[in-house]
Amino acid sequence: MTATVQQAVLTSEWTKARTLRSTTWPLLLTVVASVGLSVAFGLYLRGSFDRMPVADQRGFNTAEFAVGSVVYGQILLVAFGVLVVCSEYSGGTIRTSLAAVPRRGTFYSAKVLVGTALALVVSAVTVAGAYLAAHVALGSRSGPLLGPDESRILVGSTLYLTLICAFSIGVATMLRSAALSLGTLIPFFFVVSNILGHVPVVREIGQYLPDQAGHQIMVATPRPDSPLGPWTGLLVMAAWAVVALGGGYVLLTRRDA
Amino acid sequence: MIEIRDLSKRYGSVVAVDGLNFDVLPGRVTGFLGPNGAGKSTTMRMIMGLDRPSTGSARIDGKPYRRLRDPLRRVGALLEAGAAHGGRTAYHHLLWLAQSNRIGRRRVREVIELVGLDSVADKPVGEFSLGMSQRLGIAGALLGDPDALLFDEPVNGLDPEGIHWIRTLMRGLAAEGRSVFVSSHLMSEMALTADHLVVIGRGRLLADTGMAEFVQRDASSYTRIRTPEPERMRQVLDAAGIQVRTGADGALEARGPRQRTIGELAAVNGLIVDELSPQAASLEEAFMRLTAEAVEYHAGDLPEGGRR
Ligand SMILES: Nc1ncnc2c1ncn2[C@@H]1O[C@H](COP(=O)(O)OP(=O)(O)OP(=O)(O)O)[C@@H](O)[C@H]1O
Ligand SMILES: [Mg+2]
Repeated sequence: MTATVQQAVLTSEWTKARTLRSTTWPLLLTVVASVGLSVAFGLYLRGSFDRMPVADQRGFNTAEFAVGSVVYGQILLVAFGVLVVCSEYSGGTIRTSLAAVPRRGTFYSAKVLVGTALALVVSAVTVAGAYLAAHVALGSRSGPLLGPDESRILVGSTLYLTLICAFSIGVATMLRSAALSLGTLIPFFFVVSNILGHVPVVREIGQYLPDQAGHQIMVATPRPDSPLGPWTGLLVMAAWAVVALGGGYVLLTRRDA
Repeated sequence: MIEIRDLSKRYGSVVAVDGLNFDVLPGRVTGFLGPNGAGKSTTMRMIMGLDRPSTGSARIDGKPYRRLRDPLRRVGALLEAGAAHGGRTAYHHLLWLAQSNRIGRRRVREVIELVGLDSVADKPVGEFSLGMSQRLGIAGALLGDPDALLFDEPVNGLDPEGIHWIRTLMRGLAAEGRSVFVSSHLMSEMALTADHLVVIGRGRLLADTGMAEFVQRDASSYTRIRTPEPERMRQVLDAAGIQVRTGADGALEARGPRQRTIGELAAVNGLIVDELSPQAASLEEAFMRLTAEAVEYHAGDLPEGGRR
């Protein structure tokens, strides 16, 4: 029992995350759904590959293709980020938590660290799993296992998914309600951001939205009309996560529990 | 020891706690009494560093709660039943709580046994009855073996056996030299448990006194008056500075044993008196009178203000 305060709180947050179905299930499902989709799409494409235009066949990249399935799994990582925070606001747990750890910065940093670390591990497993699954499913159609584009896409997507989760943790801390957080984040990522990212007038700004900016690293040929490259895009995405987490910190430390 | 100094809390325009000053001393049970909405829970949340005081401070052994290291080893609290996520088992709830304050697993098992939850320790808290949730909350409060304990309405939802159990527990904790601070809106409950009373109404301190003194001073007596002209009698008594209120059956009730003064006033003013008798109030009545005065005072009915 010689752990430091920080270690003790981290252990405690780890116990919280692993002992609740609403946090463990989204993580498991992220892996299962993404790998499953990757296999399904891969098998489908294997049959239809030869009918694709030649240009598309040339430009085909298995990593980009696999990550395309993972993108659907991100909704589950958003759910995990939201639930890891909002489970505190169910049954008055937050009062017990803040009575046990009254320094809110300590409490919050432990929660963010545990949530983000779990998201990182699960993202890495998901991306690697989906990629290998796509390789196997596509058979001879898939290209080299680890060329430079592939490495960038795989590492970048893992970071992208982790940052999406961190962003969600920040937003959920500001909003506190799971319904409100999911109701804001999911339409934002899947509807609003897509519209803003493609409608001509607002596209200039739309490119800087978290998922649009992060998207650049997930494709073999990044959109040339975007002001952001793959890594600068990921950096913008990281900035969004930092702002959301900072907003969560400010509100958590200011308000009454 | 818990020290409350000039403690106030405002939520928007609502003044929930208004300039409280009192101490919770070790070795006794301090009852914290007040009607619904008096500010008891708010005060307790401020002691625990959960709500920030608008003014003033609450300190534990000289330090604000937020500055305590491993606070669960210093202060234990039951603020609301369980305050735990329904999806976690009782054991896991107590486990993370223990880990956060560097308390060992053995202690988790100990408190589970102590509150009698052994058989349901591995069930999700969401399936617990209110009484079981209260026991879980108490287990959490005892986890760090703290010197100060706060219980907000601990008997809520407990059956008679459970009520007896918690009463014995609180008395035992105080006998071991700990500071025990327990809120209730039932005087009868406090009469059986508390050595000392802190009474508040509308966020203000009404009494900070030993149980025995409270019984003597405030539960002593009032004077019951029946008259065909209660309105005029009221005016006469008001003018003489005697506090008076209308009792449940329509009779007037004046504070204190004042039948002699009131009789004289009635004679001078030519009022008919059907009954003029000294009454001994129960503890419950004394408490209700005390807090009712605070309510009236704040509503602006009594220009002189309630007495302490
Ligand atoms: N978070 C809050 N926001 C706004 N008003 C609040 C808040 N918490 C308490 N109040 C108000 O403050 C006052 C005191 O409430 P509090 O819960 O402290 O009373 P209490 O003595 O615990 O009452 P009860 O016996 O019903 O539990 C009430 O008027 C309540 O409406
Ligand atoms: Mg209350």
